[in-house]
Amino acid sequence: MRPILLQGHTRSLTQIKYNREGDLLFSVSKDQVVNVWYSHNGERLGTYNGHVGAIWTVDVNSTSTLLLTGSADNTAKLWEVQTGKCLHTWEFKTAIKRVAFSEDDAMALAVTEQRMGYPGTVVILSIKNDIETEQSDEPINIIYPKGSKAMAAEWGYLNKYIITGHEDGSVAQYDWKTGDQIKSVKAHNAEITDLQMSEDRTYFITASKDKSAQIFESNTLNHLKKYMTDAPLNSAAITPIQDFVILGGGQDAMQVTTTTMRQGKFECRFYHKILEDVEVGRVKGHFGPINTIAVHPDGKSFSSGGEDGYVRVHHFDEDYFRFKYPELH
Amino acid sequence: MPGFDNARQFPQSIEDIDFSDIEEKYKVPFEEGFDAIIVVDNAPTVDESKKDKLLKFIRKIFKNAGNIKDIEMPMDPDPETETLTSKGFLFIEFETPEQAAMAIKQYDGYPMDKTHHLAVNRFTDIEKYSQIEEEYKEPEEEKFVEKEHLRSWLTDPQARDQIVLYRGDDVSIFWNQKTEPPEEVHKRINWTETYVQWSPLGTYLATFHRQGIALWGGPSWNKIIRFVHSGVKLIDFSPNEKYLVTWSNEPITLGPNGGAGTPFGPEDEGRQIIIWDVHGGNLLRSFPSSTLSSDGTPNKITWPMFKWSSSDKYFARVTQGQQGQQGQQVLSVYETPSMGLVGNKSIKIEGLVDFEWAPASDKEKEKDKHSGEKKQREELLSYWTPEIGNQPARVTLLNIPSKEIVRTRNLVNVTDCKMHWQSNGDFLCVKVGRHTKTKKSTFSNLEIFRVREKDIPVEVIEVKDVVIAFAWEPKGERFAIITTSDPNYGQPTQGGVTLKTNVSFYYLEKPKPDKGGPANFKLIKTLEKKSSNAIYWSPQGRHVILATLRSSTIFDLEFWDLDFETTLDQKEFAKADPAACLQLMSTQEHYGVTDVEWDPTGRYVITSSSFWRHSIENGYILWDFKGTQLQRHLLDKFKQLLWRPRPKSLLTSEQKKAIKKNLREYSKKFDDDDDWVKLKLSKGQFEHRRRLMEEWNAWRKRVEKELAEERENAGIVSPSSRRDDDTIEVIEEWIEEVVEETEEIIED
Repeated sequence: MRPILLQGHTRSLTQIKYNREGDLLFSVSKDQVVNVWYSHNGERLGTYNGHVGAIWTVDVNSTSTLLLTGSADNTAKLWEVQTGKCLHTWEFKTAIKRVAFSEDDAMALAVTEQRMGYPGTVVILSIKNDIETEQSDEPINIIYPKGSKAMAAEWGYLNKYIITGHEDGSVAQYDWKTGDQIKSVKAHNAEITDLQMSEDRTYFITASKDKSAQIFESNTLNHLKKYMTDAPLNSAAITPIQDFVILGGGQDAMQVTTTTMRQGKFECRFYHKILEDVEVGRVKGHFGPINTIAVHPDGKSFSSGGEDGYVRVHHFDEDYFRFKYPELH
Repeated sequence: MPGFDNARQFPQSIEDIDFSDIEEKYKVPFEEGFDAIIVVDNAPTVDESKKDKLLKFIRKIFKNAGNIKDIEMPMDPDPETETLTSKGFLFIEFETPEQAAMAIKQYDGYPMDKTHHLAVNRFTDIEKYSQIEEEYKEPEEEKFVEKEHLRSWLTDPQARDQIVLYRGDDVSIFWNQKTEPPEEVHKRINWTETYVQWSPLGTYLATFHRQGIALWGGPSWNKIIRFVHSGVKLIDFSPNEKYLVTWSNEPITLGPNGGAGTPFGPEDEGRQIIIWDVHGGNLLRSFPSSTLSSDGTPNKITWPMFKWSSSDKYFARVTQGQQGQQGQQVLSVYETPSMGLVGNKSIKIEGLVDFEWAPASDKEKEKDKHSGEKKQREELLSYWTPEIGNQPARVTLLNIPSKEIVRTRNLVNVTDCKMHWQSNGDFLCVKVGRHTKTKKSTFSNLEIFRVREKDIPVEVIEVKDVVIAFAWEPKGERFAIITTSDPNYGQPTQGGVTLKTNVSFYYLEKPKPDKGGPANFKLIKTLEKKSSNAIYWSPQGRHVILATLRSSTIFDLEFWDLDFETTLDQKEFAKADPAACLQLMSTQEHYGVTDVEWDPTGRYVITSSSFWRHSIENGYILWDFKGTQLQRHLLDKFKQLLWRPRPKSLLTSEQKKAIKKNLREYSKKFDDDDDWVKLKLSKGQFEHRRRLMEEWNAWRKRVEKELAEERENAGIVSPSSRRDDDTIEVIEEWIEEVVEETEEIIED
């Protein structure tokens, strides 16, 4: 499993995302640039320039025509994937920490930061998938999460609800039409750093600074699995094909200078999704904390983006696909 | 918000309202004020004319104790003379109870004049004692409650050992289970406030609390006894667990009520060290802390402050004799159970720095057990004094209680001495730090006293370098030293530069039977260019770990065997070369290691990284004696781990020999047990995993069905369903480009 090193950013990575087919990999970073790469060979296709602040988040629609990014310059921008043209800019009072297209691409959510007297919100935007049409500035709804601010959010299947992960470690379900909270559970002991859906959106995984990752059922928020590690986690992803989860994190960036690489625990850890306490393997390489992990939709490769400014694309070896617990099959 | 819907339930009048809770809260304490009042008895009886004069005089005496608020002297008319006369007592009220206490302390028994010795008492005390019933009532006999077996852990059929683990706020006791995860015996949150400590024979676990020490034990881990000592920081058990010494940095205060409800009496006030009887829980004696050195500056506390002789019979400490005088040190040796000085006198030893008791040999321990109290055994201690004036430095062996000097040895150019007794008391090694005459460089001498031999011969081993660590093999005749000639030694280093060291092993060479002559200590081997700085012998001897601690870059652990089994040909060879049996079994690394702990049987060793020192990879690793890693646990906020000590074996040495001889028979049974446990566990794990898989698959089936139904109802096809392998089309395009074409005609 020789990784491909993508050196296109000058500052730490904040999020990476594959498109639905998995041929493209989008990466955003604090250096204000959006990059798009061929995922199979690491060649860079192009960049999307226009943000004037650190970019926190990116998402691409299911047909790979539109790209949505959120930045610390208090804007969210919609781009034409093919040309790199900025189609629309939504302006907000505070930074955008997370964006996500709905399953049918007709809507997107944007999580705004709580700052300077403005509360943290989740804004539901209407998206027109025709490139020629003018996008609407007016949001469909604005949700004001109760209590602690939202850190990450995703859509449920059939746009039934949205799921939010909060700074106090709780996970909540919101009705995006009314803005009401449907359910909330206290999941983690520290802030939630990532929230990724399973392929069919029936369950999701959360990563937290409390050094654990957990899987919940989307509809009920029932706790299903928990993975304990020894380092604060920044990202967690679920792998197709094999029943694994990939967790990444490490010592906080602020403390990295006082610790050696070995203590930092800057590794991608593979845990068995169902058996919980079985660590299957680790992938080393980054020399800073891992900020974001994304798995190729076909489950044959995955990528990680780190505080060190690199994206590492890993293609799994043959024995990865053969791995099995003989006694269980 | 409570509305007024239930207004009908409100009380109708003031009488209906229950104020008792408020009254309770704001109750005015009446009795408190009496604490500041004292009663002065045996005062002269005077009449009206001399009243003022007397009161003035009294006032003058007592104003030194504090501010007098009021003096009351009752006067009654004398039945004969009809004049008002005092009755020989008066009341003085001070501003605070502390001042009253001070007045009692200072002026009780104060000779006012020849006939009048004042008796000063607390007003409340007089009240209290006057109410005591005249008739003696026998206290009710307490019902006998059988105590738990305090050594039940030794009856474990597999002879496992216990460990105590302190992590975060949790204290847990575990059984060590070799390769399997440890089995939890007992766990309590906030069991201790600072740390935990086993008693030397493993009977009790001591926990530290603001109010004092608690001892726990038995199969149920209930509290066995408590020792009240506010702010206790350090404790020390006597070797046989009969006595407990506690030290607190806060001097004992009796409080306003004179120590009622505490085990302390007036004589304990201001003292910091207490000796307790562990079985009964009684305070036996308290001592002031000798925290002031000769020049009046606070000393560092050296702990244990009292050192116990091996039989628990004597304990001793070094104190400054006359206050503030140089070289007036005394060795105070106390006796148990009387707690008095041996011979009612301390031993004056000019310049005394340190002393050590000799451990008892196995034979002596046997004797102690049988002879009981009948015969006093002499116990040996060693002490050393530095060079004073023209007098050389001196190491002395002294017998207690006879105070007879058995052996002295003079030394010159001494900077420091460290005394190391071998665990049977057979040998005493004094590690002498010496300097050259110019005092520019230092080196070490090892002076080994062979205590059991006639006249106690002393052998000197000269070491050119500085000896930084010394350790006897437990119960053995070998020792290991670590030396260094690194220029960084003794320098205040930043970031912990790791010293280059040499490790040497020595053994006692027995004289050949045909030649005779004295036995001598000989070098086995020196291992050069090491970084090790700590020696950890197995409690059973033979195996030793050389560790590199407190370094920021090196975390090496070397597992050595000193009796490595050699083949027959080599055995011949071994006679000539003592190093032939010295074998490095394994070199390991434990990143961030801070502590090394052998289990009491010498089978396992645990190395740990404690949160108290740093937060790097806190947790512990369990090794076997060969250095094979058995388990590794990373635990956040891991603080402390201690093996539970074992008391001395009850088997005689003959029985032990017989077991060693037939080891194969016994080991087979244990091997079978081990196999069975493994089988059982793997089966359990398999079942557990299988259940997890089944649960997950069942859940998926249900959820997928629900999802499909919902999608059908909504009329929206799953966006991911089209991503089947069949629908993926791989298009391979071959582009051939003709770069150049030339035509050559080849003629043949």
